[in-house]
Amino acid sequence: MNNLQRSSLYQLSIMRFRLTLREPEAIFWVFIFPILLAVGLGIAFRNRPADVLQVAATTSQLTRAMATDKGLTATTMDEPTGSRALASGSILLLAIQQPDGVAYKYDDSNPDARTARLLADRAIQSAAGRRDAISSVNRQIHEPGARYIDFVVPGLLGMNLMGSAIWGMGFSIVEARQKKLLKRLVASPMRRWQYLLSYLLSRLALLVLEVVAFLGFARLIFAVPFRGSLWQLALLCVLASLSFSALGLLVSSRARTMEAASGLMNLVMLPMWILSGVFFSASRFPAVIQPVVRALPLTAAIDALRGNMLQGMNMGQLIAPIAILLAWVAVPFAVSLRIFRWR
Amino acid sequence: MADSGATAVLNGGPQIHENSTALLLRGVRKSFADVVAVDHLDLEVARAECFGLLGPNGAGKTTTIEICEGLTAPDEGRVELLGLSWRSGAGELRQRIGVQLQETQFPEKLTVEEVLRLFRSFFRRGITVEESIQSAQLEEKRGARVGTLSGGQKQRLAMACALVGDPELLFLDEPTTGLDPQARRHLWDLVDRLKQAGRTIILTTHYMEEAERLCDRVAIMDHGRVLALGTPQQLIASVGGEHIVEFAITGHESSDGAADAALLSAIPGVHSHRSDAGLHQLSVRELHIAVPRIFAELTRQGLHLSEFRTHSATLEDVFMRLPGRTLRDE
Repeated sequence: MNNLQRSSLYQLSIMRFRLTLREPEAIFWVFIFPILLAVGLGIAFRNRPADVLQVAATTSQLTRAMATDKGLTATTMDEPTGSRALASGSILLLAIQQPDGVAYKYDDSNPDARTARLLADRAIQSAAGRRDAISSVNRQIHEPGARYIDFVVPGLLGMNLMGSAIWGMGFSIVEARQKKLLKRLVASPMRRWQYLLSYLLSRLALLVLEVVAFLGFARLIFAVPFRGSLWQLALLCVLASLSFSALGLLVSSRARTMEAASGLMNLVMLPMWILSGVFFSASRFPAVIQPVVRALPLTAAIDALRGNMLQGMNMGQLIAPIAILLAWVAVPFAVSLRIFRWR
Repeated sequence: MADSGATAVLNGGPQIHENSTALLLRGVRKSFADVVAVDHLDLEVARAECFGLLGPNGAGKTTTIEICEGLTAPDEGRVELLGLSWRSGAGELRQRIGVQLQETQFPEKLTVEEVLRLFRSFFRRGITVEESIQSAQLEEKRGARVGTLSGGQKQRLAMACALVGDPELLFLDEPTTGLDPQARRHLWDLVDRLKQAGRTIILTTHYMEEAERLCDRVAIMDHGRVLALGTPQQLIASVGGEHIVEFAITGHESSDGAADAALLSAIPGVHSHRSDAGLHQLSVRELHIAVPRIFAELTRQGLHLSEFRTHSATLEDVFMRLPGRTLRDE
C-alpha cells in the first residue's frame, strides 16, 4: 500500500465515491434524469412559428377582413353561436357588426385574446382604408442564447446540483446512522471531521462527471452558448455544490429514520423548486417576497450560472450571488458540526 | 502451511504488560429516563483474561460494555482501560482497543477487502489487511460484497474490523447472537485462537453455554447489577453439586403429581431442589449414591416417574438458582 491508500481521508472518500457509483438509482437521478428533462423541455419549447389564433365574426365582410392577417383564422357565425364558442375556448374573439361600427367580445385577461384583439382591429381598420403613419419592418431573432432552452439549461443545472447534493448526503448519512455504521466508526480511531469532509470530496468528484455530462449534452444537442469563462463556470458549480452539500449535511445531522430525513429534504427543497427561477424568472414573484427569494441558495446559484453562461459576466460582476452561496456553505456546515448525531 | 500467516498474527499479539489490570470499573452507574441500566457496578479484568458478561436481554450488558468502549458516558463512577481514562486518553485508547458492536451493518455494496482497508486506515499501527482476512478466515470472500455474506461471515468481518488495529483489549458484544450452530462454533474457534495468543477479551452473551466454553471468568448480570462472579467451575460448584437430576412424576394419590419438596431436599447427597413447570430438579454431587436414594424416596411416597434424566451442571443451572434474577419475556 502506498501513502495515499493508507490515508484515512482517501479511504473514506473513495468509499463514498464507490458506494454512489454502485447504486444504479443514483446514476439515473444524477446523470440520466436532467438530460431527459432537458430533452423534454427542448422539444416542448422548440422554436416554431407563432400560433395562429382562432377568431370569428358575425358578418362575412368582417371575416374576410380579419382573414387577411396571417396570424388569424376567421370564421363566420351568428352572435349566440359565437358566444358559446368563446365560452368553450374554441375561438378567442368574436367581432360583432354594430350599426355604428364593430364590437369585440374577448377575455382581456388572456394574453392570446388580447393579441387577437390587436390583430383583428388592425386588419379591419386597414380593410376600411386606414394607412400606417410611418412604415415599419420586422427583424425576428431565432438565434442561440435568446431561446427558452438557453434560459432553462442553467436552471436545470442548478436544480440538479441541489438535488444530487442533498439527496446524496442525506440518504447515505441517515442510512449509516440507522445501520449503526456511524456508531461503529466513532468507536474506531476515525477522525470525525474527516468523515464529514469525505462526503464533500466525493461529491466534488461526482460533480465533474455530472456537470460535464449535462452541459456537454446541452452544448451538442441544443448548441447552448457558454459566453463566460469556463473555469469560472467550474468554480461556480463547485461553490453551488458545496453550499447544497452543507445544507444536506444540516438536514441529515439529526434524523434517525429515512422517513424523517426525506420529509425534511422535501421541506427544504420544495420552496426552492418553486421560487428560485428554474423554469421562469424569479423576478416574476411580488416585490414583498423578493428578499426571501434572493436569499435562497438555489436562486443565487441559478443567477450566477445564468450570468456566466448567458451574459458572459465574470465573477466580479456576480459578487452578490457568490456571497450568498458562501454564507450557505459556512453557516450550515458550522451548525451541523455542532449538532451532528453520531449514534 | 496456508495457516502460518494467520498463526503469526494471532501469536504476534501485544506482549508488553506494564500493569496487570486491563479494565477497571468502580461504582459505575447509568440510567436512561427512569430505567437504571447499570447500578453501581464494580469490575476488574486482568490482562490476557477472557471475561464474560452473562445475562438475559435487558440485563445491562450492552450498556456496560458501551461504557467501557467510551460510547456511552456513565452518570457516575470510574472507568479505566489499560491504565487510561476516556476523559484524558480517548485518542490513545481508540488506537489500542478493538470493538465489535451488536448490530453494525457494513455498507452492502462494499467488498470485504474494501471494508477492511477502510478500517485499517484509521489505525496508526496494526496488522495488514491480508492478515486480518486470514485471521477471520474470509480468504474466499475477499472480493465478495458485504450484502452477499452469510450471517456468520458478516460477524467474522466485524471481528476482522475489530482486529485490524492489533488491539490489546478486544470488546465483543453478543458475537454469536442470531448465528446457526455451525457458524457459532466457527466463531468460538476464532475467539479460542485469540485467547491463546494472549489477548484480553471482554464479551457479552446471553448463551450460558458460550460463556462456559470461552470465558476464564464470568459475571452474571441482571438489572444492571452483578449477581455472581467467578470462573465457570466456581459458579457451577456454588450450586452445590456438579450433577443435575431432572424428573417429572405422576402420582395416583397426591393430586397433581406434586412431590414433597422438603422430603426431596432431605435425601442425603441432594444439595438443592427446585421445580419448574412440573419438572423437578435436584443438584447432587455423586450420582451413583444419590440416584438410588431418590428412587427409593419416590417409591415410598407412592409416586411414578414419567421422565428421568441427569446432566452435568451448567451456568444455566447457576442462573436459574440465583436470587435477584427475574424471568421475563425474551
